Amino acid sequence: MGSTNSTLSKIPNVEELVQETGFTPAHIVRLYDRFEALDKEKTGHLRPQDFGAINRLAINPIGDRIIGAFFSPGQETVDFHSFVRILAHFRPADKKRPKDPSMPEPVNSRTSKLKFAFQLYDQDKDGKISRAELLQVLRSMLEMQVTEEQLESIADRTIQEADLDTDDAISFEEFRKSLEKVNIDHKMSIRFLR
Amino acid sequence: FLTPLYFMEGGSMEQEMGELRRYRTQSISRGEFSLSDSFYFYIKGLESIVDDQVTQRFSSEELVSWNLLTRTNHNFHYISLRLTIIWGLGVIIRYCVLFPLRITLAIIGLTWLVIGTTLVGFLPNHRLKNWLSELVHLMCYRICARGLSATIQYHNKENKPQKGGICVANHTSPIDIVILANDGCYAMVGQSHGGLMGVIQRSMVRSCPHVWFERSEMRDRNAVTSRLRAHVAAKTNLPILIFPEGTCINNTSVMMFKKGSFEIGGTIYPVAIKYDPRFGDAFWNSAKYNMVNYLLRMMTSWAIVVNVWYLPPMTRREGEDAAQFANRVKSAIAHQGGLLDMAWDGSLKRAKVKEEFKEQQQKMYSSMVMGKKGRNSQEPHTESTRRQ
Repeated sequence: MGSTNSTLSKIPNVEELVQETGFTPAHIVRLYDRFEALDKEKTGHLRPQDFGAINRLAINPIGDRIIGAFFSPGQETVDFHSFVRILAHFRPADKKRPKDPSMPEPVNSRTSKLKFAFQLYDQDKDGKISRAELLQVLRSMLEMQVTEEQLESIADRTIQEADLDTDDAISFEEFRKSLEKVNIDHKMSIRFLR
Repeated sequence: FLTPLYFMEGGSMEQEMGELRRYRTQSISRGEFSLSDSFYFYIKGLESIVDDQVTQRFSSEELVSWNLLTRTNHNFHYISLRLTIIWGLGVIIRYCVLFPLRITLAIIGLTWLVIGTTLVGFLPNHRLKNWLSELVHLMCYRICARGLSATIQYHNKENKPQKGGICVANHTSPIDIVILANDGCYAMVGQSHGGLMGVIQRSMVRSCPHVWFERSEMRDRNAVTSRLRAHVAAKTNLPILIFPEGTCINNTSVMMFKKGSFEIGGTIYPVAIKYDPRFGDAFWNSAKYNMVNYLLRMMTSWAIVVNVWYLPPMTRREGEDAAQFANRVKSAIAHQGGLLDMAWDGSLKRAKVKEEFKEQQQKMYSSMVMGKKGRNSQEPHTESTRRQ
């Protein structure tokens, strides 16, 4: 009869998920409904094509990269737990939570969000954003609108500004430093998952 | 009980990017790229994964408070024994009392439609035939409407569609036809089916001209347009009924009108249809439910309460092309019915979206990075912020 309770019971290890991610049971149910809606063939897993069916994502210039963030290297499917865990990174920070250094860092901390953003650029996961990787992202966002020279000069300028140890690549620390004034919690959080 | 599903769309690309770059000393107009620019696209992408406005339009409208139907109950919490008992009573009334009555009426209505129109079809073409045909049609639709417990309120009847015109309405369900046909006679347009539908279609055509297309004909747009044009040109024919969205939307918004209907010519009579969601959810989610399932749900709702507004007739202006005309009509309908006027295409429900939308976003972003003066590009979609 009841929607939430019966849905909750369908999801294995809900308690664990709530603990790990900080989502409320109601959020998890909502995400589960969304997961089921995307999983058209009812396999219990999502493949890249299922994400591709989301129209607003299909017109997003970096849509493919975002989809890629959900799939670990070599994996072709993502299950509900992984789906929720990844989205948990983008939960707005809990303002009331006291900063307890002994507790492990929450999954939606500033550093965590920055790491995700970093990985968007660093596709080969070598810990650095190379010039080529930066160019790729620029190309996705600008495509036909600018010339290759303009793209390259933008890339050069960006690396120059951020690259402190002059290795012609941007490491995570340099990335973090160049964005230290940006309100990451506000800009990298999904608003209605409060 | 429930929290409404809508959320703030967030600022425009310019606004969001501006905030992202605020810490930089240069102003936006100087352009330049910032590593944080990608965050805007990233978050928009993630938000659309969690939910998106367009897909929302294809699922039923959420209610502010529960109307005792299980199907509208998305976040059920067990509240009290009393409520459960009331709900139980509701189920009994709806399924054991209302439903059998309604099914009987529906069967009577449809049977009479087939018999009546066939009988009228034997008469020679005469004013009497037309009059009788209208009578039969009206009667049957009224019976069918009772079969759904439909309470319809018509507004501005003086603008009712006239013969030789084209009636255009927003589409929520197949029931729309019954709703409109209760107050006037229309020539239906659609695909010819087999089975029971086919029997009904063929008998209807005997008493007055409707426009039924074979599936193969539907693909040839010119053939379709010319047949409709011929129908409209014969001024004595009933007004055609067309739903330009092309598919069922959930009655909270109006999606893009296909311009084909607006190329036929003639006078357009726009009609806005708004269902009251508290009594029953009329939206047909064809991906989720088939027709039989849908009708079953309709007949076990409390009632179908509808408001129909007849809008003043519109014709294409000089220098206006079919698409612009379509948009003008769409806005009028959305405004009258209190629906959101969305520029998204209803066919997004099924087909892949055009590359143009992606390009538009890239164009907008590039003008920020390159600092061009080209800040004249509009947001890819216009959404009125008004919500009922």
